[in-house]
This record gives sequence, structure tokens and C-alpha cells, in this order.
Amino acid sequence: MTQAMTKQPYSATPPDPGLVGKKSWLSRLFKQLDVQLMVWPALLLIFVFSYIPMYGVITAFMDYNVFTGARVFDNPWVGFKHFEAFFNAPDFDTLLRNTLIVSVLKFAIGFPAPIILALLLNEVRHMAFKRVVQTITYLPHFMSWVIVGGLVMSLLSTENGSINILLQKLRLIDEPVHFLSMHEYFWSILITTNVWKEIGFNSIVYLAAIAAIDPHLYEAADIDGASKFKQIYLITIPTIMPVIIIFMILAMGNFLNAGFEDILILAQDPGLRPVSDVIDTYVYRVGLQNQKYSYAVAVGLFKAVVSIALLTTANYLARRSGNSLW
Amino acid sequence: MRMKRLGYSDRIMLICIYTFLALLSLTCIYPFWNGLVVSFNEGLDTAKGGVTIWPRAFTLANYEVVFSDKNLLNAFFISISRTIVGTISAVFATALLAYGLTKPYLIGRKFYMLFFIFTMYFGGGLVPTFLLIKSLGLMNNFLVFIIPALISVWNMIIFRTFFKSLPAGLEESAQIDGCGNWGTFFKIVLPLSGPIIATLGLFTAVAHWNDWFMPTIYIFREDLMPVQTVLRRLLNANLVADQMAGFDGKTAELMAKKALTSKALINATIMVVTLPIVLVYPFVQKYFVKGVMVGSLKE
Repeated sequence: MTQAMTKQPYSATPPDPGLVGKKSWLSRLFKQLDVQLMVWPALLLIFVFSYIPMYGVITAFMDYNVFTGARVFDNPWVGFKHFEAFFNAPDFDTLLRNTLIVSVLKFAIGFPAPIILALLLNEVRHMAFKRVVQTITYLPHFMSWVIVGGLVMSLLSTENGSINILLQKLRLIDEPVHFLSMHEYFWSILITTNVWKEIGFNSIVYLAAIAAIDPHLYEAADIDGASKFKQIYLITIPTIMPVIIIFMILAMGNFLNAGFEDILILAQDPGLRPVSDVIDTYVYRVGLQNQKYSYAVAVGLFKAVVSIALLTTANYLARRSGNSLW
Repeated sequence: MRMKRLGYSDRIMLICIYTFLALLSLTCIYPFWNGLVVSFNEGLDTAKGGVTIWPRAFTLANYEVVFSDKNLLNAFFISISRTIVGTISAVFATALLAYGLTKPYLIGRKFYMLFFIFTMYFGGGLVPTFLLIKSLGLMNNFLVFIIPALISVWNMIIFRTFFKSLPAGLEESAQIDGCGNWGTFFKIVLPLSGPIIATLGLFTAVAHWNDWFMPTIYIFREDLMPVQTVLRRLLNANLVADQMAGFDGKTAELMAKKALTSKALINATIMVVTLPIVLVYPFVQKYFVKGVMVGSLKE
């Protein structure tokens, strides 16, 4: 109510109760043309760069040919041919397995890690120490995957790679290991790098949620003699649960985005494909590098449909607990 | 004050927490430090191994190579231009849109919001976007860096939330003084939005500076390649050379020699590319923590 009151002075025309209802829609539009002109260019941009590609998804049901395809509807309809081809492709099982495994690992490790970091940071009493840790751990988030990949390659290199040097000093290995070409290490490297890059930055939201907790709760717990661990378990975590759940739902919607830039960068060795290839990297390779457009669009559409289903399911489950996105 | 009440087990826990956080910070900083050290070390010496926290054979030669490589210099120029032009235009366009959408009397406001927010959840995907860019003639065009990135719906929401929190009286008095909506936006709203412009400006600038993927599909002209894309190619070539080094023969030797120079080049380039972010970011840090909050808890 107070909101509506304070917003009154915004109206471009002085409000005249007798006239407002009578003025035609068109003349009102004309009166506020200056504001409409702030919105229309953006409307056009979003229409072109977001909605036209959505419409382009129908090429998944066609045999799209770039040369005849000046107009989309000149291409022949083929129904679900490309979807069938994908489900029967020899790569299908590997792709699905890699996508699921990488997603599950990223979620199981990458989701709780920033929460734990926020809980730990909250226990720190020396503000200078806390600030230094925050500044340093936020930093990798701002680096591109090219930089991060370059640093990881440098650390894991067989020539002067710090990890190989360390492992040799500890006598755990005799010869430097080519970590980035070996199947068995790829998932660990991928997940570790991801967590390393985002743990600090993703903890910001949880830190803020923790900062909003009423300090009296902790004082009362202190008087009752609850240990630090019990306070975290019984006060902090339950209070920030709504924030955790919202981010969990969002993570579910991104579940099939197992990775793209990180995998393209870290799995440059094509020999890693049996473990590194996920749906998104496959779409890129088949669609843009081999130019099988319609097929790639179909694969992308399959992924989008599954993602929406996951998001809706997660939201449904969350609504039953009282914290949903919509 | 609370310190005194700490029990024995709580104190142990605190020691563990401090140790863990210190170690985590160390792992976050070490890769950058090691990269810096290697970039100041002679390439041939580095290949012998053992260069970790301090350069053994100090040299500036790697940086000399970077700053004398015409290809790289041009790539830096492209990256800097696209970051400056892209950030200013995107922040301006997004802020203008957000301001327009704060007006409660705007006809079609609900529809507009839905129209924009829908694109946060659904998109056409890689291939249809590629075909669109191609048909618009934006391939091999500097504008492909700028135009598709002009409007960020996410940033629009953050801007809009911020503008709504500005005191209405200021705008009111500007309008009484005869400022139109555009005048109010430029003379009152923008000057009052320093912190949020700094935050979203940093995020936008970092996104432009860091983008390496878009140019790999939309740009084929060497003189339009930004530095991150060139760096990615260097990394790729380096990896191939690394694997070849395992074999015998003349090619391997040749490749290995090439790898030495390229490795030095890579580390020095990484440092040069990292530097602008490291320099700017601590000053904006206090703002962006707030910005992240507005964005994530609002919607």
C-alpha cells in the first residue's frame, strides 16, 4: 500500500481522475512514448537474439540444409528421425553415462562445498584473516577457463609440473605422470578444478544468509552450553535452509549442463573422449564442427526437455517442503 | 568476550578451521604464483624441473616475446576494445531498459517483464544461435562481440531492483524542474547508481575479457581474434607437443623445442591476461558482494 502511494508521483501526466479512464489507449501510449522508447530497442534485441533461435529449434524435425535453407520452411520435414538416430547412435550410452556421472559428481561435491566454506568462515573471529581468505578464494571465479586450464596444465605438466614434483618428492611416483591424458584421472581433475574455481564465490550468498541470523539465538545456545558444532547443526543450518533449497532447485535445472567450457579446455586430448564427452560438447562437435545441424539441434532439444522436467520435478518436491521457485 | 567461554573441543575445532582456511587460500593462490614464477624463469631452465616458488634463472625474455609478438599484441588490442565498448554499451542499454521498466504506468509492463524473464529459462541453444548469427552477417564482424551481449536480463533485474529503491522525491523534483524521463535518467538516476554500475560493470567487463568460446565459432579472421582465444590455441598446440615429446625422432625434437618457447610464452601471456582482473577486482569487491545478494535473493 505504501509502495503504491510513493509511486504516485512517477506518472508522466498529472493524474486527473476525471480523464484517466476516458483517454484512449493510443493517446496514453503516445503520452508515454519516451518511456516506451527505453524499452523497445531492448525488446527487438531480445526478440532477435533469444526468440528467433528458439523458433529455430523446429529444424530438429527437418533435414536442414544451409544452402537451400534461406527460408526455414523450404526444408523437408522428417519427424523424429534425428532423435531416433541419436538414441541409436553408438555414442549414446557413453554420452549419457558421462553426462550423468559428471553432473552427479559436480552436484554432490560442488554444491555442499561453498556451504561448508561459509559455515567455516563464519566461525572466524579475526576479521582481517576472514577478509584475506574471502578475497583470495573469490579470485579464481573471475578467471576464464582458458586461464584456469592453462594453470592446471602447468601444474600437472610432466616438465616442471608442481604436482608431479610434489608426488616425486613424497616418493609416491617414480616417473612424472601425464595426468591430463589418462582416463582414470579426468573426472577428479575436472571436479577439483570446478570446486576450486567457484567455491569462494558461491559461498557469498550463504555467508550473507548466515549474517542475517539473529545473534540472540547463539547467545541463548551458549548459555545452554551448546558446543560450536551443535550450534551450527541446530541453528545455522536450519535457518539458512530456504536459501539452500532455492539454490538446490536451480542446480537441478542445470543438472544436464554437466560442463562445456571446462571440458573443452581440460579435455583437449581427443583420446579422453570416452570419459570426457558430454551432451553439450557432443552438440558442439557434431553440430558446428561436422555441420550436422538438424541432428545437433535434436540432441540439444532432447537435453532441454529433460532439464525442464528435472527443474519442474525439483520445484514440485520443494513446494511440498514450502520453499519453491514458483 | 565469547573467547573465554570456549570449551576445549571448540578450541580444537577453531584451530582446525583456521588451518583448513589457510590451506585453501594457499591452494587458490599457488597456481597463480607458480605461473608468475615460471613466466620469469628461462624456458630451457624450467624444462629441467624444480621451479616452484622462486625463479631459478630470472629473465624478462618471456615477456619480451609476448610484447613483440604482433599477433598477440593485436589480440590484446581486440580484447581491450571489445571489453571497453562492450561493457559501456551493455551497461548503458541494460540500465536504460531497467529504468523504463520501473515505471508503473508503462503500458504492457507485465508482458515486457514476462517476455524478458522467459529467456532466462529457455533458449534456442548453440546451433540455432549460430545459424542466426550467420544469416545476420555477423560472422567475422567485430559487432558480434557487442550486439548480442547488449541486454542481460539478469543484470536488468538487479538494476531495476536498485532503481526502485532510490528515493522517489529526487526524481519528482527533477521532473518538476522540467526534466523529462530521459533527462531524469541521465542527470539523477545514473549519477546515484555508482555502486551498482561498478558491480555490474565489473561482471560485464570480466565476461567480455574472458570470453574465448564465441570467437572460435564466429570469427575466422586472425586480426579479430581476442587474446583468450589465441591463448587457447597456444595451449592446444602445447599439449600436442607435450605428447609428441614422448616419442623419438626428429619431429619430436623439433616439437619439443617449439614447446619450450610456447610454454614460456603461455605462462607470460596468462600473467598478462590475469593482471587487469587482479588489479581491478579488490577495489570493486565490497560492491559486488552486495550486488550478488540483490540478484540472487530477489528473484
